[in-house]
Order: sequence, then C-alpha cells, then structure tokens
Amino acid sequence: MIDETPHEDAKATLSGFAGELDAMPGGRVQRRYALYQAYLAFFGLALGGAIGLLQAMDRAGQDLYESVGLQSYYQGLAIHGVTLAIVFTFTFSNAWLQYATMRGFQRPLAHTWIVKTSFWLSATGIALASYALLTNQATVLYTMYAPLAAHWTYYLGAALLVVGTWAVLANQLLTLRAWRKDNPGERIPLIVFASLMTYLMWFIASLGIAVEVLVFLLPWSLGLIDGVDPLLTRTLFWFSGHPIVYFWLLPAYTSWYMVVPKRANGRLFSDPVVRVVFIMFLLLSTPVGLHHQFTDPGVDEGLKFVHGMLTFAVFFPSVITAFTLMAAFEDGGKRAGGKGLFGWIAKMPWKDPMASTQIVAMITFLFGGMSGLINASYTVNQVVHNTSFIPGHFHMTVGSAVALSFMGIAYWLVPHLTNKKLHSDLLGVVQGWTYGIGVLIFGRGLMVSGLNGQPRRVPINQASYANPEWFEGDALGAIGGFLMVAAGLMFFYNLIRTMASKTPAREHELAFEVSDVMVPAEDGPAILDRVGFWFVAAFALVLLAYIPAFITQGFDPASPMWQPW
Amino acid sequence: MIKTLDRYEKIILGLTVLGLILGAGAIALSVLEAGIHLPTIEDRIDPAAVRDTAPFDEPGVTINSDGTATAVIIAQTWLWEPDTIEVPAGTEVEFVLTSPDVLHGFHIWDTAVNAMVIPGQVTRVTQTFDNPGEFGIVCHEYCGIGHHTMFGRVLVTP
Ligand code: HEM
Ligand SMILES: [Cu+2]
Ligand SMILES: [Cu+2]
Repeated sequence: MIDETPHEDAKATLSGFAGELDAMPGGRVQRRYALYQAYLAFFGLALGGAIGLLQAMDRAGQDLYESVGLQSYYQGLAIHGVTLAIVFTFTFSNAWLQYATMRGFQRPLAHTWIVKTSFWLSATGIALASYALLTNQATVLYTMYAPLAAHWTYYLGAALLVVGTWAVLANQLLTLRAWRKDNPGERIPLIVFASLMTYLMWFIASLGIAVEVLVFLLPWSLGLIDGVDPLLTRTLFWFSGHPIVYFWLLPAYTSWYMVVPKRANGRLFSDPVVRVVFIMFLLLSTPVGLHHQFTDPGVDEGLKFVHGMLTFAVFFPSVITAFTLMAAFEDGGKRAGGKGLFGWIAKMPWKDPMASTQIVAMITFLFGGMSGLINASYTVNQVVHNTSFIPGHFHMTVGSAVALSFMGIAYWLVPHLTNKKLHSDLLGVVQGWTYGIGVLIFGRGLMVSGLNGQPRRVPINQASYANPEWFEGDALGAIGGFLMVAAGLMFFYNLIRTMASKTPAREHELAFEVSDVMVPAEDGPAILDRVGFWFVAAFALVLLAYIPAFITQGFDPASPMWQPW
Repeated sequence: MIKTLDRYEKIILGLTVLGLILGAGAIALSVLEAGIHLPTIEDRIDPAAVRDTAPFDEPGVTINSDGTATAVIIAQTWLWEPDTIEVPAGTEVEFVLTSPDVLHGFHIWDTAVNAMVIPGQVTRVTQTFDNPGEFGIVCHEYCGIGHHTMFGRVLVTP
C-alpha cells in the first residue's frame, strides 16, 4: 500500500499550494504521509461499509454472517463500530487537519518525524485491533463496556490510535510556537485555529478513555489485575464518548467553514464569531458526558441534571454554524447572480462533487442535530435510550454529516495529494445525493422502529421477540441501507479509478483556497487567540463537572473478565 | 466584538439563546412538576455474591401491605429471573435489579421504564400499571451472543 518511491511527475513543480509546500523542507514527505493516513481511513470505511451491507440485509430478513466467515451479528457489529467510528474518523481527521494546519501556516509542520510517527501509531493500532476483531476476540463492540473483556491487542490498538492523535496535536503546537516567533503579533490563521481547537478539545476529552484503557482494561486483559469496576470504566468511557462526537464533527465543520463557502464564492460573516464557536466546543464538549448515563444506577441524579442542562449550551455553537454557513452560501449565490429570496440556492456549487457532497451532508445534519436534542433531553431520553432510535440518529450525524463530508473532502484532497484528476465529477455528485437520500430513509426507518420499542444492537432477523410493528421501520432501514452501500461502491469506484489514472490533477484540485471573511480576526479581542488560556479554562470546567461524579460513585474493582460470545 | 456583529447575526443569536433556555426550562419544569426520577446512587453489591445478598436471594414479586409491589429481578446472561412479573392493574411497582455478570438494559415496552443494569450496582425504577395487558421486557444493552433472546413480560391482570 505504501509507495515510498516518488512518482514520475514528482520532480515537476505543481501549481497551487501543493507545489508551494513541496518546495519547502519536509513538505513533500509530510504531504505524502497525510495521504497515507487517508488511505488508512479508506481501509476503515471499506471494511465497515461492507459490514453495513450485512446489517441492512439483516433488516431485510437475511442472515449472511456465517457465509462470509463471521461468527455472529455481534462480531460484525463490533467491526462496523470500530472501523467506522474510530478508525475511519481518527485517521481521516489526522490526514485532513494536519494538512489544513500546513495550509494555514503556509509551511510544513515542525517535525516530519512526528508526522511519520502519527501514521505508524495509527497503522499499528489498526493492525492490532483488526487482529482481535477479525478473530472474534474483541466482540465487545466499540463501547467495550467492562466486564466484557477483549483480547489485549484490542485495547492496545485503541490506545495507539489515540496516541496517534496526540502526536498530531504535539506537532501543531510546536509549529504554532515556531510560527509565532516568525510572525509576532499576528492572529492565528482561522483554519489553523479550527484545526488546533479540534485536537486540543479531543486531547482533554481523550484522557478518560486513556485512563480507562491504560490503567484498567489493558492490565486486566493481561491478567495483571483481577477486577475492574464496571461503572467507573463506563463513566471514563463516556467522559470521552460524548466529546468524541465533536472530534468527529469539528474536522467536517473546519471544511464547512473554510473550504466549502470559498467554492461557493461566499464569504463568512465574521472571523471572531467562528473562533468563538470553536472555543465553545473546547469548553463545553466534555463536561456533559453524563447525559449518556441518564439511565445508569450509581450516578447521582443531581449531577445528571447538571450535565443535562449544560448539554443544551453546546447546541449553541452548532446553531451559529448553521446560520453562518447559510449566510455565506446566500452571499455567494447572490454574488453569482442569484435573484430574489431563493435564487441563490440555484447558484450553489451543485456540480462540484467536493462542495455538493458536503452540502448534502449539512442537510442530513439538520435532522441529526434535531434528533440529538431529543436524546439529550433528560426526560425524553427515557423513551429512546438504547432503542434503534439511537443508531437512526447517529447515522445522520457521524454516519453522514461526518462520513459524507469526509468523502466530499476526499474528492478534492485525494486528487490534490496524488496529483491525479478525479475520475468523474458527475459520479461524485450522484454519490453524495444517493448516500444522503439513503441515510435519511435509513434513519427514519430505525427511528420509527426504535419508537416502537426495538432495542439497538440486536439482530432483528433472529430476535425471539421480533414485533410486527417493526416491519415498516425495518423495510425503510434496509432500503436506505442499500442506497448507502450503493453510494459507498460509487465512492470507491471513483477513488480507485482516480488513483489508477495518469491524468494530472486540475488546477482547482491542486489549489487549496480558504474562505474570505467580512469581519476580520483583528476586529475580535486578542484573548480569542490565547490558546493556553482556553485550554486551562476547559480543563478546569471538566474537573468541576467530573470530580463530584467520580467521588460520589465510589470504586470497587470486583468484576472479573467475561467473554460470553 | 459585539459591535462587529451583523444585525441578523444578533437576532439569530438571541433567538437561539431564547430557544435553548425555553427548551431546557421546559425539561426542568417537567422534571419538577411531574416528580420524574432517574436511577441514582444506591448501595453497591458484590457481583459474585448476588444470590446471597438481600433482596436478590429471593427474586420475584411481593405485594406490599400498602398495595404497592416490589419486583426483584436478577438480570443475567441471557434471561430475566424471574421473566414474568404478574401484578393487578393499578399497582405501583418498584423494580429492583442487579447483574451478576455483564451489563444489561431493562426496558419495558410502552412505558418509560428504561434503565441500565450494571454489575456492582442496584437499579431501582418505579412504574404504575393502570391498564391490564401484557408488556414485553427487552434487554437493550449488548450482553453477549444471546442478547437478542433475553426477553420477559409484565402481566397486568384486571
Ligand atoms: C454503509 C452503510 C451503512 C449501513 C447500512 C449501516 C447500518 C447500521 C445498522 C443497521 C446499525 C445498527 C446495528 C444495531 O444497533 O444492531 C449500525 C450501527 C452503527 N453504525 Fe452504521 N451503517 C452504515 C454506515 C455507517 C457509517 C458511515 C458510520 C460512521 C462513520 C456508521 C457508524 C455506526 C456505528 C458507530 C454503529 C453502532 C455500533 C454499535 O452499536 O456498537 N455506520 N449501522
Ligand atoms: Cu453525547
Ligand atoms: Cu442484552
């Protein structure tokens, strides 16, 4: 997979940012490693998507697990969750936001060896976790709730994937320091600010899962400690498990803010407001994790309520995002000659696969976000918790707002990084719509079944208690799922034909232009750029929200390992 | 920075804050008004000694002197013990659960009973069954290869 030899054309100077970067020391190698991280992401997407097909078939009444050599639906579900929610998202973010950071600073990252290390950590982590998953030794699903106990390679693999993301953050911070020395008093470029806040937020958030795995699960799976406390490991998981959704989402937001409006010829209203949005995510993503434990025993009811209320605050930056983006598209459409109240919509870049796919992703996110409000509601959650409503919801967030955006970014980033023209723009556009329509049908189906009491994480086809009321929802789930899989095939066909092609990338593929703003960074207060200050503030908030939770729930590591699969 | 905000930007920010406060407020009010309770901190239990610890040494339904009922259930791979809970209509039932093995999820169809069962912890949830009928109990947290067979029922007699 990894081709270290430079391509024939590599010596020729490329146009656009690709060429500029290649001329700087380390630039070419770093660019290549960003591409390799993206390849890891595509591996995850392909494997997880293939299991998606089996899951859609299950809803259509067919059990294909044995015939493809999997032990059970659950082994498949473990692979689906890990490859898509962890492998695909982490490695694509590593690729995209490392590259975005280089673009913003107009230079390679501080250390090429860290770029390489991040790749190798991710690759090793994926190899270890895949071994455990494919041999049915990690059928604990991606939430890995103890005392379900996986093979140690699974936990180590997960840990390495997380450390791989920390390497990206370290490199960003070192580059920031060097850049500040050369550009005293300048505002951090907005695209860097967004990328950095994303990784900073995730660093704080990931401490929960890091402690869970390194202090408890890994030693336990190696037999070094006898027992774990299932409530504590679960709380640590959700400490990271809510903010992880923003680690999935913010790389897409970075593209939605910084790349898509530019392609639509639109300007962002205000740079400082975008900074505030990302700062709010840094501050508020983590101290709300108990909303995933509303129905847990052993967690104080009052603390649940506090986290539940704080959760509403974290919707705020997403609403601003929706507003700013729509305003930017309207601006672009009007500047392109769109007339009247809605004429600008027709002028949006519908024919550009990179932009149109991401716009479809934004549309699905409207529904994803709204259903998220339902889940987050302290009381209404009782109706939907752990029913199929939940996978219905998150396929419209991570399963499309994020996944489809990443595919859209890939339509430009892969040609950009490989200097090969995208095989077919039209197929890319069609793919985006097919996936978007598919996921909305799928989501609607799962939600309806969920409201009719269908539990999640169940092979419906084999459930002893399957309920005729679920027929409609399952049929929609299957139809939508097939459309999503069809779109996945279109994506990979386009990608493979692109990589196999000899036609060099087009000028707009080699360029990397970022959005213009109407109100510049300098009009906002300087404190917005005080990265260290916001980091400390976010950390303090997390401690405030979580220390009482950890103290009140106590600790008793009484559970031995269970492997009931 | 406020000065640089566009007029529409200010309007939308204001409406958003208002909407979120109303939403959060409505939830807070419903919790207080209707006296809704979620599972909270109870005494811990040793998962290896569940069957020797009261009340789990005698799983089953007890009708109390005040007319309420207590249903003690052990959630285990892959059955509810007992898997049938019979109560007369109009009874307020407190469900008390724990698990001797892995996590399970306790969800009674057509009710708001929806709670996790975690080894080492005791889950308590209360529900009044006004009308006679049969209500399925599904396990909604993955608990191993038989997860999709873990089923029970609440029988509400006239
Ligand atoms: C290829 C099309 C896809 C189909 C047909 C599909 C189908 C499904 C179904 C039916 C479930 C529910 C399983 C259950 O609760 O028993 C599920 C779970 C899940 N899906 Fe997908 N999915 C697809 C793509 C994706 C994508 C692109 C992502 C994220 C990037 C994703 C992330 C997840 C996650 C995290 C779960 C939860 C796994 C768990 O409960 O442990 N899926 N998928
Ligand atoms: Cu959450
Ligand atoms: Cu179960």
